[in-house]
Amino acid sequence: MGSAFKSPSLPGRLLGILALLGLLFLGNAWVERPLLDQSATSFYGMDQYKEGVIISCGIYVILAVSLNLVNGFTGQFSLGHIGFYAVGAYVAAAVSTYGHAALFPSLPIDGSPIGVAQGAYPILTLCLIGGLAAAAVGFVVGLPSLRLRGDYLAIITLGFAQIIQVVIRNIKAVDGATSFTGISRGDTTILTPHLTSFFWVFLFAALTLWVSYGLRFSTHGLAFLAVREDEIAAEAMGIPTTRYKVTAFVLSAFFTGIAGALFALYQPSLSNDQFSFVRSIDTVVMVVLGGLGSISGVAIAAVLLTVLPEALRGIDQYRLVAYSLLLIILMLTRPQGIFGREELSRAWLRGQIAAVKGWFTRRPVPAPALASGSEVMTTARDRDDVDV
Amino acid sequence: MHQLPEQLLIGIQLGSIYALIALGYTMVYGVLKLINFAHGDVYMVGAYAGLGAAGVLGTWLPGHTPLHSLLPSPFGAVLVLLAAMLLCAGLGLIIEQAAYRPLRTRAWILPSVFVGGAAGYVAYGIAVNGNRTPASAWAIGIIVWLGIAALLRTTQRRRSVGTPSRLTALITAIGVSLFLENFGLLPQIFSSDQRFIQTGQIVSLPNRVQFLGLSLSVQTLLIFGLSLVLMAVLTYIVTYTRIGKAVRAVSFDADAAALMGINTNTVIAFTFALGAALAGAAGVMVTGLTGTAFTPYVGVLMGLKAFVAAVLGGIGNIPGAVVGGLIMGLAETLVVAYGPGVGIPSTYRDAVAFFLLIVILLVRPAGLFGRLAPEKV
Repeated sequence: MGSAFKSPSLPGRLLGILALLGLLFLGNAWVERPLLDQSATSFYGMDQYKEGVIISCGIYVILAVSLNLVNGFTGQFSLGHIGFYAVGAYVAAAVSTYGHAALFPSLPIDGSPIGVAQGAYPILTLCLIGGLAAAAVGFVVGLPSLRLRGDYLAIITLGFAQIIQVVIRNIKAVDGATSFTGISRGDTTILTPHLTSFFWVFLFAALTLWVSYGLRFSTHGLAFLAVREDEIAAEAMGIPTTRYKVTAFVLSAFFTGIAGALFALYQPSLSNDQFSFVRSIDTVVMVVLGGLGSISGVAIAAVLLTVLPEALRGIDQYRLVAYSLLLIILMLTRPQGIFGREELSRAWLRGQIAAVKGWFTRRPVPAPALASGSEVMTTARDRDDVDV
Repeated sequence: MHQLPEQLLIGIQLGSIYALIALGYTMVYGVLKLINFAHGDVYMVGAYAGLGAAGVLGTWLPGHTPLHSLLPSPFGAVLVLLAAMLLCAGLGLIIEQAAYRPLRTRAWILPSVFVGGAAGYVAYGIAVNGNRTPASAWAIGIIVWLGIAALLRTTQRRRSVGTPSRLTALITAIGVSLFLENFGLLPQIFSSDQRFIQTGQIVSLPNRVQFLGLSLSVQTLLIFGLSLVLMAVLTYIVTYTRIGKAVRAVSFDADAAALMGINTNTVIAFTFALGAALAGAAGVMVTGLTGTAFTPYVGVLMGLKAFVAAVLGGIGNIPGAVVGGLIMGLAETLVVAYGPGVGIPSTYRDAVAFFLLIVILLVRPAGLFGRLAPEKV
């Protein structure tokens, strides 16, 4: 194992966590600043719109990385994660609305560091509840449907997502048919438009990435990859494939639910069409574009694909046309995604530079050097025919 | 309150529309193992093609020709139907040539023409929106076009020929689908306004006929009848013609078919055109006969449900798609009609299809008529 995957010492770990927290606080202060001090908006150039883009970047990172657990690691193709996202969002919104007396004893909550500390109890509780609810639904959905494979699995998860959407539409307690504005309802003193702040979103994004990386290079992670590479061979090796598939599915649903809770606590209101099938496709596109199974690639693709449509907003009517064309051209020219199955590393960069040089010299492209830790991913049979 | 036979007939009408679209999904899946997500949008284009054809035939013809009274008339209606089918078949061919074929082969000229041309057009539009002079906007468009052509040429020459990853193909299909929808949304193309073809604009029909003491809606009967005719034509093509035989061969085993001298690329292109024509016909029939309003997004849910119908019957299986479509249409109609009586609100109509799908897939994992290939180790 290379240096990147050496398990750090306890002080090193603590130091890392402290550094992360410090960075998050700094980032939070920078991003949320104008919300504390409205007059500073133009000076910092960070208005509510840009803040919203940054927050949705974080949420999409969580979504894409957690979807990667299922689609990238175990090679099972789910089109239905938007359903778990909806469950997490609606459960968190309902709990925060109907349980606001217990959740928000101290008021008001704003974007300052003190506000972040005050928001810790409600947001952690709500995210946990949202995540657990989504995980429970994920278990119910995954247990029967993971018997199927390929296209059939994709379509059955899609079916479950549609059913979840229709069921939510018919729940009156959350105004499913119209839009649920109850998130900041209750006493007029409760101000929770920004319960979700930069800090919390990226804390959970970091957590998702950490769990993902931890899994990927663990025994269980190897079992996931074995299921992806060859299910029958994995079964023959004594890996309980069904259990691993369901585990990956439930874990992924849990993080998706957390993303949903964060989304719900950011929005002024929830409406059912925010959870349509098209959003599910968005996340799948992120995973494929980043490179199936490449955690860093997926995270980068999530950020890129969230920022790109926003950057194109100046040309509003052509925005989505350009996006779809880009998708087609990327699939024609670089079908393995940005990173393939590699992780972002020095060896990967070197390989890419060599490949670009190869374009000009017209000599055969040298194979990218293997990172010392990446033999796990690049198996002898590096097939990319992951079943849809 | 409608009676049961009436409801059943409406269900069959809806089901035959689903079936027509599902046939395209299932045939393409058969030959290419690809979920052609853009197929629902071909249905949408069919509706717009019908609108355009009706406009051309109804208004543009000069007053003193024998064709003056072309619309509304049965002959004119058939012309509109054929025009839309032809247009959609062409669209299906273009989609296949521009987006899916370059994934399998080293073809780069046609992809460059269509994908690059579209990109150039978008670049031109953006430049015009940015208040550039027409000349520089043209220049930008052409530069983008040529740049993408050069890029495709370089990468296509390095492609290893063969079946692409199914995921790559799927994402490409999603891209094509998004492109058709959003391109249609452009104000100079279809725009996001709701359009509709007035009932009676294409063919004037009596509203209802009496048959065996039942009052039946004529459009419902007509849609069902036309669908049956189209399915019969399809069955004839697939069963008795040379190219149909080739389609079945490729669907059975593409590699072996290629070894027997069948040009698989031709067969795939033909399948796309055939499926797209059927979807276009479905689009024209629904919008032209019932007066349903449509926008560029109309194909999304329709395509999704038709795809579910195809899976329900066992994807890749042609009779399966028809049966699946009919089951879906009937279930949906019956839930809307009788669901509220037994405690299922009619808002569940979209969920029913998927509920049915889940139940059937859990009992028969390959769909009703599909056959699971045994896994060989």
